[in-house]
Amino acid sequence: MTQNSNFKQEASEQGPSVAVFYAIKAKKLRHPVRAILAAALILLALVVAVDAAYRPAYDWPSVGKYLFDHRVLEAMINTVQLTVFSMIIAIVLGALLAIMRLSSNGVLRTIAWFYLWVFRGTPVYVQLVFWGLIAVIYQNMSIGLPFAEPIFSWQTKAALNAFTLAIVGLALNEAAYMAEIVRAGLLSVDRGQEEAAKALGFSWWQTIWNIILPQAMKVIIPPTGNELISMLKTTSLVTAVPYSFDLYARTHDIAAETFNPIPLLIVASIWYLAITTLLMIAQHFLERRFDKGQRFGAGRSFSAGRNFGSGRNFGAGRNFGRGRNSTRSQVR
Amino acid sequence: MNDTVVKVESVFKKFGSNQVLRGVSLEVGRGEVLCVIGPSGSGKSTLLRCLNHLETIDAGRIYIDSNLIGYRQSGDTLYELHPRDAAKQRREIGMVFQSFNLFAHLTVLENVIQAPITVGKVARAQAIEEAKELIARVGLTAKLDSYPAELSGGQQQRVAIARALAMKPKLMLFDEPTSALDPELVGEVLDVMRDLADSGMTMIVVTHEIGFAREVGDSLIFMDAGEIIESGSPRDVLANPQQPRTREFLSKVL
Repeated sequence: MTQNSNFKQEASEQGPSVAVFYAIKAKKLRHPVRAILAAALILLALVVAVDAAYRPAYDWPSVGKYLFDHRVLEAMINTVQLTVFSMIIAIVLGALLAIMRLSSNGVLRTIAWFYLWVFRGTPVYVQLVFWGLIAVIYQNMSIGLPFAEPIFSWQTKAALNAFTLAIVGLALNEAAYMAEIVRAGLLSVDRGQEEAAKALGFSWWQTIWNIILPQAMKVIIPPTGNELISMLKTTSLVTAVPYSFDLYARTHDIAAETFNPIPLLIVASIWYLAITTLLMIAQHFLERRFDKGQRFGAGRSFSAGRNFGSGRNFGAGRNFGRGRNSTRSQVR
Repeated sequence: MNDTVVKVESVFKKFGSNQVLRGVSLEVGRGEVLCVIGPSGSGKSTLLRCLNHLETIDAGRIYIDSNLIGYRQSGDTLYELHPRDAAKQRREIGMVFQSFNLFAHLTVLENVIQAPITVGKVARAQAIEEAKELIARVGLTAKLDSYPAELSGGQQQRVAIARALAMKPKLMLFDEPTSALDPELVGEVLDVMRDLADSGMTMIVVTHEIGFAREVGDSLIFMDAGEIIESGSPRDVLANPQQPRTREFLSKVL
């Protein structure tokens, strides 16, 4: 330590004669076009804002009156519940479907493919109408053996209310999209990870659960956040079931009584925006938490695996199978 | 020292139309270190991957400790093993990869204890204790809580060796363990492998490190185009190769 500091002192005593430092003290580059553009935009925004404030059609007093109306608040809570419950089901089911699609079991693969084909191939609105009509199509639900007296039986109409059907409809549709997100995540994990686990004696499930899925999370989480925000807004379609106590349907109904739709549209928009903002903040923190994974994911073992992997692994790994390899090569 | 751990009987394997192994037979005794050399594409790595059933074989038989690998034989009929049982066979065979393949989301300690806990059903406290010993053995006690990306290649490979040893394997397979390393890091990995060989571990090492093969190997095979061209004691084969293909290869690498 002392040696070191002595050395430093010496160096500084000798100063400029040893090394000359040219500090950077440059004039900042100016951006006049940016400044003008920004000023123009601020001006425009002000004009629009002032205009909106005095435009009678917006009816701001009504907006204020209904923004915290108990019916609107209840509807907002219903919308949040629809979003959260259907996303939870969709994530679990989507993960299951993604794993099924990558399984070596052809039956499971086919089921998953068929599910995706149907639920991604038809509009969510149409699906919601179908779920609304389920009680007409299947009047009774029962558990038991075919051609025998059922052990339990319910009337469909009594067992499934509109709220439940809305969640089922939204969740089953979303699961198809979540399945693709989870699948992309699983495929993003280096093949070598699976091989190493296999060589240690991990079963297929243990490999997925302990090794692949945790590493896939950093790829899965950001788009899942987008799906959550998207789901919040898709809940406005549950009126197709018909379920009419969500934010959009409720404000719409109130507007129908008051013959004044515009302020209530604004009320609904404000709440959607408020919840989205909260979700975006949550997503930001969640992504930062998984940034840890990002850093380690880019690690040495990965780059080495990539370089040598393609040459040595030909024909290997029936488990993840062709899907894996082909997706990879497309990505590359 | 005389009992046989690995017995390979005329194994054939092809990928598509590419015949990678053409009748490979070999035996490895307990505590023996077999080094496998040969040009790339000669089937060395594939042979290794067949030994723990990461690849299926088209013909032949592989026995580890007298157990047929990948199949169950009853009379003349072979039955495919359930993946569960194939996984059970792999537990006894440690494997070290060229590209390390450490679990990127786990620390050094977690990498080593994961398999004993998940696969071996060892109690966590015991797994940690044993893992710490193994990590000390490869000289990385200071890195217990580091993630793989924070380690050098040589350190990662040493952790990978410790991870494989944690399952207490009867046999260790090394698939070009130093080929992905910077030259100055090769030595530390070879040192660990040398210690392991000295401790009596049965090892099959696919390598380009001719010096290591000469010094540590009990026997050596030279493979080319899916066949064993020459085999014998490393000193003899390396100093006095009988086959022209062996001579040609050695003249390039020595």
